[in-house]
Amino acid sequence: MDSKNHNTTPKEDEKENPRRTFLKQTSLLTAIAMAPSALVKAAENHVDDKIADVFEKMPLKMEVNGQLQSLSVEPRATLLDILREQLDLTGSKKGCDYGQCGACTVHIDGQRVLSCLTLGVMVNGKKVTTIEGLAKGDQLHPMQEAFIKHDGFQCGYCTPGQIMSAVACVREGHADSEAEIREFMSGNICRCGAYPNIVKAIQDVKEGGLTV
Amino acid sequence: MKQFEYVKAGSTQGVINALAQPGTKIIAGGTNLVDLMKRGVTAPDKLVDITHLPLKDITATSGRLHIGTLALNSIVSENSLVQKKQPLLSMALKAGASPQLRNMATVGGNMMQRTRCGYFYDTTLPCNKRQPESGCGAKEGYNRMHAIFGTSEKCIAVHPSDMCVALAALDTTVIIAGKKGERKLAFTDFHKLPGDTPELDNHLAKDEIILGIEIPDNNFADHSYYLKIRDRQSYAFALVSVAVALDISNGVIRSARLAMGGVAHKPWRLYDAEKALAGKQPSVPLFEQIARGAMQGAKAYQHNEFKINLASNAVIQALKVASGLVPA
Repeated sequence: MDSKNHNTTPKEDEKENPRRTFLKQTSLLTAIAMAPSALVKAAENHVDDKIADVFEKMPLKMEVNGQLQSLSVEPRATLLDILREQLDLTGSKKGCDYGQCGACTVHIDGQRVLSCLTLGVMVNGKKVTTIEGLAKGDQLHPMQEAFIKHDGFQCGYCTPGQIMSAVACVREGHADSEAEIREFMSGNICRCGAYPNIVKAIQDVKEGGLTV
Repeated sequence: MKQFEYVKAGSTQGVINALAQPGTKIIAGGTNLVDLMKRGVTAPDKLVDITHLPLKDITATSGRLHIGTLALNSIVSENSLVQKKQPLLSMALKAGASPQLRNMATVGGNMMQRTRCGYFYDTTLPCNKRQPESGCGAKEGYNRMHAIFGTSEKCIAVHPSDMCVALAALDTTVIIAGKKGERKLAFTDFHKLPGDTPELDNHLAKDEIILGIEIPDNNFADHSYYLKIRDRQSYAFALVSVAVALDISNGVIRSARLAMGGVAHKPWRLYDAEKALAGKQPSVPLFEQIARGAMQGAKAYQHNEFKINLASNAVIQALKVASGLVPA
């Protein structure tokens, strides 16, 4: 144990008697080695609980698709995982999980963002809209209708992200030409290559002048 | 991802105090940090969220444009003051990332982003930047995206930002706060070359925070252009990029600023080219001569030799567009 290199203060008993620490550690290891496996399992779980306690979960209050949600989350949980695992809103997709594909696109306070790179705790007090929040009851959102009309998808995996991005693209005023739509939809990758039809769907909504 | 403690900063001073504790990092947009944490490239013990601090404003005062560190890339790129006074910055920002990422990423975060070198990202491979003294995987490996200027034996990575290339060209100043108060640093002195310490990307101390940037007013607005060459038309890091800002009156270049991206560990300012352009009339032969001079000292590796030609042509093209010889 080279405490110098890590620039940490050595523990008291280590300083006084490193041999005693060594003996304590080895006897613990021996005890674990000799114990029945069920007991070891229980001990390990106990340790896990203790570790978990150190990193307490944090409260998270956010409005998701118009409903207030009060949750308890780990600081490391991404908004995408919270939506999918805790709220069962599985429309937002985990494509790459590294901010490269756009399949997880949601709106936070009206702005499109990547939920896979957003820590849930940082969304506290904000409003989130996912693909599930676009339709009004049975009435689909105009962008959803347009994607169906223009066949804006094949396998459908990227579609929720495409539609969330497309709605934002029109709202932002970035859908005035095919070139502009392509540029401002570049953060959403479609491996089936449905791009021409996605562009048509967005142009249709834009030209239709409907409120999105 | 390793567990960590999360706190919201109450003030700038609170952030500086928190940063004194080892293993603490600032989080704002998180677009690069969360990515790196997921991959285990970085594993902070504590994150200090600064997103609600009042450091978002974009204001024009006494001959300069001030932009807070927390101003979002999307907001800055669409801001009317930025578009009017510093269109080069707006162009560079729009060339970077995707609309979703620009809605998250901040000015300070953009400056602090790490290289996208594959050897830095892959924790099973050697990388002096990630793990000092472990070696450089890229030098003898696949180095198509890597630097041709200012490399060292220890690192040949490039800085991935577009925004920073424009800011380097525009004589920007960085405002930094730390324990001893505030200090200012020329943007071109903020990032560093890899040298013997590739683990350090810049000269920001561990317990310092970027408060914002200041861009002095100039006469470049009518003749600015950011050219980005990449593997696909959008949403990709630059193979090579060129930021050009010219002050032209009566057909003569009075003053010029040039910087390249995708070619070095920091935005690569072309000081000699700027001097050589001043006082001359824009012409293709002049720009070709400038580009040849700009490539002096370039050093290619096994897979990136194409960058020398590409960068040279990009300089010529960007100058042609900025000076109005050809349309964009």
